[in-house]
Amino acid sequence: MHSSILAAEEPLPILPLPGELIVGLIAFALLLFVLWKYAVPRFEALYEQRVEEIEGGLKRAEETKAEAEKLKAQYEEQMAGARAERARILDDARAEGAQIKAEARAEAEAEVARIRARGEEQLAASRDAVVRQLRAEVGGLSVQLAERLLGQALADDAKRSATIDAFLDELERDAPAKAN
Amino acid sequence: MELVWAAEEFEPPGVGTFIYPPIFGEVTKPVVQLVFAAIIVGAVFLLGTRKLSLVPGRGQFALEYIYNVARNMARDQIGHDFKPFIPLVLGLFSFILVNNFFGIIPVFQFPTMSRIGFPLALAVFVYITYHYAGIRKHGFVGYIKHASLPPGVPPFIAPLIVIIELFTKFVFQPISLALRVFAAMFAGHLVLVLAVVGGEFLLHAGGGLVVAAPFPFIGAIAFTFLEALVMTIQAYVFALLAAVYIGAAVSTDH
Repeated sequence: MHSSILAAEEPLPILPLPGELIVGLIAFALLLFVLWKYAVPRFEALYEQRVEEIEGGLKRAEETKAEAEKLKAQYEEQMAGARAERARILDDARAEGAQIKAEARAEAEAEVARIRARGEEQLAASRDAVVRQLRAEVGGLSVQLAERLLGQALADDAKRSATIDAFLDELERDAPAKAN
Repeated sequence: MELVWAAEEFEPPGVGTFIYPPIFGEVTKPVVQLVFAAIIVGAVFLLGTRKLSLVPGRGQFALEYIYNVARNMARDQIGHDFKPFIPLVLGLFSFILVNNFFGIIPVFQFPTMSRIGFPLALAVFVYITYHYAGIRKHGFVGYIKHASLPPGVPPFIAPLIVIIELFTKFVFQPISLALRVFAAMFAGHLVLVLAVVGGEFLLHAGGGLVVAAPFPFIGAIAFTFLEALVMTIQAYVFALLAAVYIGAAVSTDH
């Protein structure tokens, strides 16, 4: 009964129909062409682009990092330079200050010495002048005194004493006027 | 008593299930399905890849997923120069997958690959491709040597191995490739039809048999899910074996 279902007019399913084989070959060939010509190259291009994008991104990040490090090094170098510069300037200023102070002190001391020397010089000069004048005046006065003494005939001691006193008073009167 | 009577009356579906009358000329339903599948797959890959973006959308993601399944298969099995073979592996996988799923998609409800002519046509492409790739790689004589004698075979059994290997690579591999998916689809479809026809029969058999009618239908639905798995696996295996055969033909590990 089952064998009657597998009737003689029904071909064995294991044997291909030529028509189906041919249609299968053509249809799949066309599909392959579409995939080979369009789909696969597009996917591959996309993947390459994606790889490039990712690698490019990584490379860019690395470049940025390197640049940042370079800038940092530069900055640090500049900072170190600035620090050194500052120290140098401070040292210079300090040295200059000390020098200025020393110079000022030396100058002041020189001035003092000079002023003192001039004072002494003036003092000496005025003393000399005084001495000279005194000497001259004392000479003159001595002569006057002597004349006066001689004019009074040298009477007595009291008279002589008064004469001397009067002479000295005269001298004292004259002195302030001379000083002015 | 009724059971025996029913068994005598019930005609299980047979080979006739797989034979469709021509719609026009020689064109039958399986032929229309096959052409339709080629158009669908071609159109999806042609239109779906027009504007690919680095960051894929949902559709592109799905398409890339399918593409990657085929691409990884080719890469893992063929090795260094796998790229020229991507279209074949991708085409086999996607085309067989769609044709197989016609077996459980309403309206179609016939797995195209259960007609042996179609998987055989695909096997022809694989056959030509791996022999051509092997000859191109090793030269004709070099390829025959490469294909017939695996490395490390003791000399005294070498003649036997050579005969087996040559038969394997030139006859059995392509035939088994075509038969595998054909048989799986044929058997799966037959079981599905049997369950549905049986359920239908029980429904109209009269008597107490109606009570048993839901079971074949439930079985058919459960079997449909299993079939979906088998259909996917068969498409995958066909493409994978194609890549394996190409990989073996172009391998240099002697």
